[in-house]
Amino acid sequence: MSRIADSKESPIDVTPILEVKDFHKAFGGLIAINRLSFKVNRGDILAIIGPNGAGKTTLFNMINRFQPASGGEILFEGQSIKELSPARVAALGIARTFQILQLFSNMSVVENVMVGRHLRSKGGMLATGLRLPFTRREERNVFDAAMSKLTMMDLKEEAFSSPLSLPYGRQKTLEMARALATEPKLLLLDEPAGGLSTLEIEQLAQLIKGIRDGGITILLVEHRMELVMGIADRVIVLNYGSKIGEGTPAEIQSNEEVISAYLGEEF
Amino acid sequence: MSMYDQLLQFLIAGISIGSIYAVMGLGFMIVYSVTRVMNFAQGEFAMLGGMLSTVFYAKGLPLSFSILCAVLITTAFGMFLHRAVIYPIRTAPVFTLVLVTFGASIAIRGISLIIWGTDFRILPPFSKLGAIHLAQAVINIQALWVIGTTLLMAIVLFLFFEYTVPGKAFRASSINALGASLMGIKTERMGSIAFGLAAGLGALAGAVVTPMMTTSSEIGLGLAIKGFIAAIIGGLNRIEGIIVGGLTLGILEAFGAGLIHSGFKDVIPLLIFLVVLNFRRGGLLGDAEAGKI
Amino acid sequence: MENINRPRYASLALFVIIVIVIPIVIKSPYLITIGIFIGLYALISLGLSLLMGYAGQVSMGQSAFYGIGAYVSAILTMKCGVNPWLAMILAALFSTLMAGLLGMVVLRLEGHLLAVATLALCIVFYTIFAQWKSMTGGVDGMPGIPKLSIGGLTLTRDFHYYYLIWAFVTVILVFSFNVVDSRVGRALRSIHHFLGGSEMAAKSLGISPMKYKIQVFMLSAAYASFAGSLYVHWLSLVTPSSFGFLTSIYPLIIVTLGGQGSLWGAIIGAAVFFIVAEGFRALVPILKPGTSGEYEILAWGLMIILVMQFLPRGLVSIPDILKEKKTKG
Repeated sequence: MSRIADSKESPIDVTPILEVKDFHKAFGGLIAINRLSFKVNRGDILAIIGPNGAGKTTLFNMINRFQPASGGEILFEGQSIKELSPARVAALGIARTFQILQLFSNMSVVENVMVGRHLRSKGGMLATGLRLPFTRREERNVFDAAMSKLTMMDLKEEAFSSPLSLPYGRQKTLEMARALATEPKLLLLDEPAGGLSTLEIEQLAQLIKGIRDGGITILLVEHRMELVMGIADRVIVLNYGSKIGEGTPAEIQSNEEVISAYLGEEF
Repeated sequence: MSMYDQLLQFLIAGISIGSIYAVMGLGFMIVYSVTRVMNFAQGEFAMLGGMLSTVFYAKGLPLSFSILCAVLITTAFGMFLHRAVIYPIRTAPVFTLVLVTFGASIAIRGISLIIWGTDFRILPPFSKLGAIHLAQAVINIQALWVIGTTLLMAIVLFLFFEYTVPGKAFRASSINALGASLMGIKTERMGSIAFGLAAGLGALAGAVVTPMMTTSSEIGLGLAIKGFIAAIIGGLNRIEGIIVGGLTLGILEAFGAGLIHSGFKDVIPLLIFLVVLNFRRGGLLGDAEAGKI
Repeated sequence: MENINRPRYASLALFVIIVIVIPIVIKSPYLITIGIFIGLYALISLGLSLLMGYAGQVSMGQSAFYGIGAYVSAILTMKCGVNPWLAMILAALFSTLMAGLLGMVVLRLEGHLLAVATLALCIVFYTIFAQWKSMTGGVDGMPGIPKLSIGGLTLTRDFHYYYLIWAFVTVILVFSFNVVDSRVGRALRSIHHFLGGSEMAAKSLGISPMKYKIQVFMLSAAYASFAGSLYVHWLSLVTPSSFGFLTSIYPLIIVTLGGQGSLWGAIIGAAVFFIVAEGFRALVPILKPGTSGEYEILAWGLMIILVMQFLPRGLVSIPDILKEKKTKG
């Protein structure tokens, strides 16, 4: 888990951990994100909601740098990350889970999480090939760290099984464990409640709060309102790529524009 | 012979061989668009077209009939190749398919070597005129046959895709295989037709160039590679682009071989390929999708 | 869900024993020569196996680096009087460097494009070997390459090279096992998008797929380069014909046959490949007098097709398949 004391800024630093300014994304003539600006404060749980097609996953893909923005700026801890590669962004401390699970099916459960430790371990091709002493230590550390993450997520029993043998909800937990293994400062969760039962959503809510309490800022995109209303500190509502509402869950619930955008959808 | 005449000769030679590369490229495109497979046996189709023509002609059949038989047999073989080798593993990952088409091209070459050995074979020129003289350049009439036939094939293909029902079905399959099959277009049959069409065109190209350049069991691979490159330059989905790609390759190759050194003949297309890839994923005239094959 | 390449020391020990003992038990110069070729191609195929099975990249370019290793060794030892061992290392460094530069261009591609691009490399280098007369001796090559020597002993006999080559194979095999069973190996598996990896997820975890693809490419080039250097010191001759298109196909067949991504598969595949090849060479003239190499080519093609259709995971998957059949009853 990341510690606030880890960061270079003083503990009472008010710089938002993530800031998006005038973000713009167009696919040819189609505008997916329209001049979007918002801030994520350190230690917050910020949820982005909106009807289908509102541009939520596109937004994530751009923060993550899987796709380039057509315009605007994005700052992580005050630094621009607009031009960086996804791997570089990960190294800076942004981790992510995916709407469509991206587990490594060619590895065991624990190995999946061990890949998450990649950024926090050392050893290139030559060193590992020659099995230099430090690599053996590193391997031990990586394994132990991965196992401890699994224990935290109650997945220790299945450490050596195939990820495909887990039920769907636990697979999602595994993906989160893997993302957390990178010890991120900011965790992006892409529809974490998708496909989960009400009970599982409650457990997820507790889990996310626990992660946040451990010092990680959470930005989540979500469609299931039970999760959002229960844990979000602030909510941003997108519709057709534009922000149509921002505030606490209570404020959003009474925002008329938001309600009309959701007309026909479950709120 | 003046420099100008030499250059003219290189140009004609380049356009001739470039046309063949273009046809190879079109063959790649036809197969890829329907089956999403890059068929490296495409070059072997040209080889078979040439070889079978010489075999039939040597047995005494009239020239045009020999070529017709060769083309028909190769077309049938192309369809067989799809049905027997490609279709059964069509869901396999890309590199399995790559390996299999390579395997097929090697096997075909092997069969040819067994039956006909390594000899070079030739057909007589299609017309008795031999050559015409332009200023002091000598232009082989066969070159005109090659260029003319290729042009004809390209036009027919274009009309086929644009204006006929089966042609449009083809394009539908290429754009959306699932949608096409839902509309009753059998994608399996489309695949065999694609292979057959590519084989037939390839065979014809191979036959028509044989009087100029001879044929042998080994020519398939080189043609396949250059056809592939032509297809890539053309972005894999535009007839015009592939033709331009093939011609460019042929011309650059002819000039390079003529002006620099003949030993580097084979390298030039490959260097062009690497250069094009480095700078433009989508080929010069196609769209960016081609880069993600 | 075990990593199939966990080094099993028992197997390694058995392997080493077999390799050492075979030439002693079966005294046949012919067998030693085959053993040398199996060893050389096992080396080359180990690299390709890593490339294909771990990074998921098809490459027909191994013969290019095999050739570079061979020619650089030859040129340095003959024209510059460099010590053969030093030359071998320099050749490997040069090959690795070339692979790095070429890899940056070529490895951006996928699937068919990559296959042809690497084939292009193979042909380009073949042409350089054959045409650059002043450096490489052209089509006739360069005879008279000095032999290797260890300590005071000059290695002149075939069985010297047999043991030397297999010593290299063993060391590189162990090295490869170590790489695969490590952080690097996991990173490679994570980017292999045909066999369950996910480049997207890997990137989100800080792994740059391009970087690792290039590294494996460079590693496989080094393996092939060592094989090339060993080859020319054994043969004392280098000619371009050893590095043409067919040579780039052999490792592909071997890896396909043995099993992509399986290091043992590369070695088993090489052994089976050459034994079958020799069998062909011996049998076919008996069955059909007057023939030689043509049937081989057909056999290679059919082998690739049949293996891909019926045994896509190669020979090493046979025990697993039998196990699956047993449990299904």
